[in-house]
Amino acid sequence: MTLNLNKPIKFSPLHRLQWEEAQQKDVILYPEGMVELNQSSAEILKCCDGTRNLDQIVSALELKFETTGLKNDITAFLEVALKNGWIQQN
Amino acid sequence: MAGFNKIKSTPPRWLLAELTYACPLQCPYCSNPVDYAKYQSELSTEDWKRVLTQARKMGAVQLGFSGGEPLTRKDLAELVKHAGDLGYYSNLITSGYGLTEERIVQLKDAGLDHIQISIQASTQELSDHLAGTESYQRKREVAHLIKKHGYPMVLCVVIHRENIHEMPHILEMAEELGADYLELANAQYYGWAHLNRDLLLPTKEQFEQAEQIAQAFKEKVAGKMKIYYVVPDFYEDRPKACMNGWGTTFLTIAPDGVALPCHSARDLPGLDCPNIKDYSIDEIWNESKAFNFFRGFEWMKEPCSSCDEKEKDFGGCRCQAYLLTGDMYNADPVCSKSLNHSVIQKAIDSAKVSAALSDNEKPLIFRNSKNSRDMA
Ligand code: SF4
Ligand code: SF4
Repeated sequence: MTLNLNKPIKFSPLHRLQWEEAQQKDVILYPEGMVELNQSSAEILKCCDGTRNLDQIVSALELKFETTGLKNDITAFLEVALKNGWIQQN
Repeated sequence: MAGFNKIKSTPPRWLLAELTYACPLQCPYCSNPVDYAKYQSELSTEDWKRVLTQARKMGAVQLGFSGGEPLTRKDLAELVKHAGDLGYYSNLITSGYGLTEERIVQLKDAGLDHIQISIQASTQELSDHLAGTESYQRKREVAHLIKKHGYPMVLCVVIHRENIHEMPHILEMAEELGADYLELANAQYYGWAHLNRDLLLPTKEQFEQAEQIAQAFKEKVAGKMKIYYVVPDFYEDRPKACMNGWGTTFLTIAPDGVALPCHSARDLPGLDCPNIKDYSIDEIWNESKAFNFFRGFEWMKEPCSSCDEKEKDFGGCRCQAYLLTGDMYNADPVCSKSLNHSVIQKAIDSAKVSAALSDNEKPLIFRNSKNSRDMA
């Protein structure tokens, strides 16, 4: 399974992304499990709204954080996310 | 609750709410206490709500409604709703028997996040036999309904000598039912499974063969279905890291309100497990004797206390140490460094001998109130 560059990416409906006050962290919740996210991973996943493809997510984040050159890191993380079932492409 | 040596603790993450010991099924490997019949009282709706609120405030986020059969509680949807409002990720851990479409919808509306159902085997005859109740067909229908209403579905099959030969069919069944997660849980020998161990413990060959089949399947369905594989620790040479460390992560509340660091902890002597009717979750978690008992490493004896692996497995399971060596401070005898390690081989040998006996000579003891009272 690899990331399709053209298709929009959406956060999996079988998982839940949520801010945890007690841990001061975003986490992914799923049956019998939880993954704690660092801030950048959480920001990437929040962009996976089912309307944007990889390039669009990269642009959105580069704009938001006023930087460039994020594409490799974002791609690498999304590959992991796809493999773990956190995101989907139809 | 004064006077006990307190060790700095991390907040609970997992709350297991055992709503009831009542269950229409009679699985002979049930992890409920063998003498469960003597604990008749159940917490009120208000008590449960208070527990959920307090534990959430401390940082618990994963919530399991289990039992017994949690569906027997009439206030289940109300508790699910309360949990949802608090921001828990709520899991219903059920036999599936007795789950109607109406209830599935009602729970969904209340905010339930996922349902785990258990099936005893992949064939009707064996599944119904192990459950002690005709339930296989109904469970299959319920599995379809769970998917139909958009829940992630975890299918749980407890693996032991009676069904381990069905492994290929169990995997097929999981695929056919559309499970998102398949939990292949080799029986853990506490509670009723300890009682029936001679009849449930598979041989090493059986276990290795089944594991190979499951591993191959895991690769085949990667990306579609996740497999949780719980190993039978009798065939390992290091114990499991019990509860991720005592009093670090898991909080179990028994039907009568007793708070437990692990679901078998009420069988351990002298812990004085506190009741939520008497103390807040904060007091229980941070200050009670029971939750501090095996926190950290101070309590350990040799070979654990000087072992360089103690931060990996915390000396293994306290309940297993107690059940099999009679001393809850001992290393889990599964560990090859344990001086009592030979009890494991003895158990394996004893199970082998029993495999040659007929059902009449050595019948399974089913989990029901009559047997529970006889056992107490
Ligand atoms: S001796 Fe104790 S701490 Fe060391 S590996 Fe064995 S059980 Fe774990
Ligand atoms: S103490 Fe033992 S029975 Fe209890 S959870 Fe730990 S591993 Fe299990």
